Amino acid sequence: MSGQAQVGIVLVSHSGPVAEAVAELARGLAAGGATAPVAAAGGTSAGGLGTSTDLIAAAAGEVDRGAGVALLVDLGSAVLTVKAMLAEDGELPGGARLVDAPFVEGAVAALVTASAGGDLDAVEAAATDAYGYRKV
Amino acid sequence: MLDTDFFRRWMTATASAVDREADRLTGLDSAIGDADHGSNMRRGFGAVTDVLEKESPGTPGAVLVLAGRQLISTVGGASGPLYGTLLRRTGKALGDAAEVSLDELAEAFGAGVAAVAQLGGAKAGDKTMLDALLPAVEALGESVGAAGDAALAGALATVPLRARKGRASYLGERSIGHEDPGAASAALLVAALAEAAGTGDGGRA
Repeated sequence: MSGQAQVGIVLVSHSGPVAEAVAELARGLAAGGATAPVAAAGGTSAGGLGTSTDLIAAAAGEVDRGAGVALLVDLGSAVLTVKAMLAEDGELPGGARLVDAPFVEGAVAALVTASAGGDLDAVEAAATDAYGYRKV
Repeated sequence: MLDTDFFRRWMTATASAVDREADRLTGLDSAIGDADHGSNMRRGFGAVTDVLEKESPGTPGAVLVLAGRQLISTVGGASGPLYGTLLRRTGKALGDAAEVSLDELAEAFGAGVAAVAQLGGAKAGDKTMLDALLPAVEALGESVGAAGDAALAGALATVPLRARKGRASYLGERSIGHEDPGAASAALLVAALAEAAGTGDGGRA
């Protein structure tokens, strides 16, 4: 699958630092070298807690290589804002998809899969499967 | 018939009401939420007023689509995509008509409220904005005043309910005894219809 365009990952959190840190964690755990494109879109444009359509659209544009974009979200307005954007044509790249997954574990699973050349369905499946990693 | 200017007045009247009631909305939200609903709504509808002045959309549907898009991009909290979806879907359902009847508005608003329910996954009785919006849809075919009354009654009826959606649902039993802030702001939006029609307390025709 190498040589083909990779799926992009966008991490949407209420908090800018959370989104950035999860992106960094996923990059660190996903591969020894280069990973698939991943971008954080956390907090409001003003740097507060919340969700920004501008930051989400910019992040999605940044990681879009034409193979689809998987958006992982934390809660509340992050979920609703991405859904509202997907309901409208032209706000997110074609092939953008909200992935139902736990935020941290799903981000790692998605980035590992995307970096290995998995397509959008495979990335989504891996991220969603992260719900099954029981801890107790 | 309701023309483009009616819909502009509706948005302006909503912005005024939200501005006037922002502290009350935030107070309700500090009881069972994160104390930002008043400021979020004020910022959102302030931006709606600005963009409507700047872009002067030419049809009722275009007014609401533009207002909805603006809310989604400026609010930053869950009320942005929820109210944004409500107005955008209502506007789309109105199409390109230069004027619409009250029945057409009622039908379009019903489509907008259904889109909100789908987006948030809530239903009647979950202590959300839907508890004000669903009764308003039922009454809107009768008159805008009846819709406003129904929305207000619906909002007040959220006091004894237990929240089942959103951040307030984490509080469980402790969400009982407080009016839902989203239902309260939804009642302001619907009451502003009567004001835009010149039949409300504000009386601006």
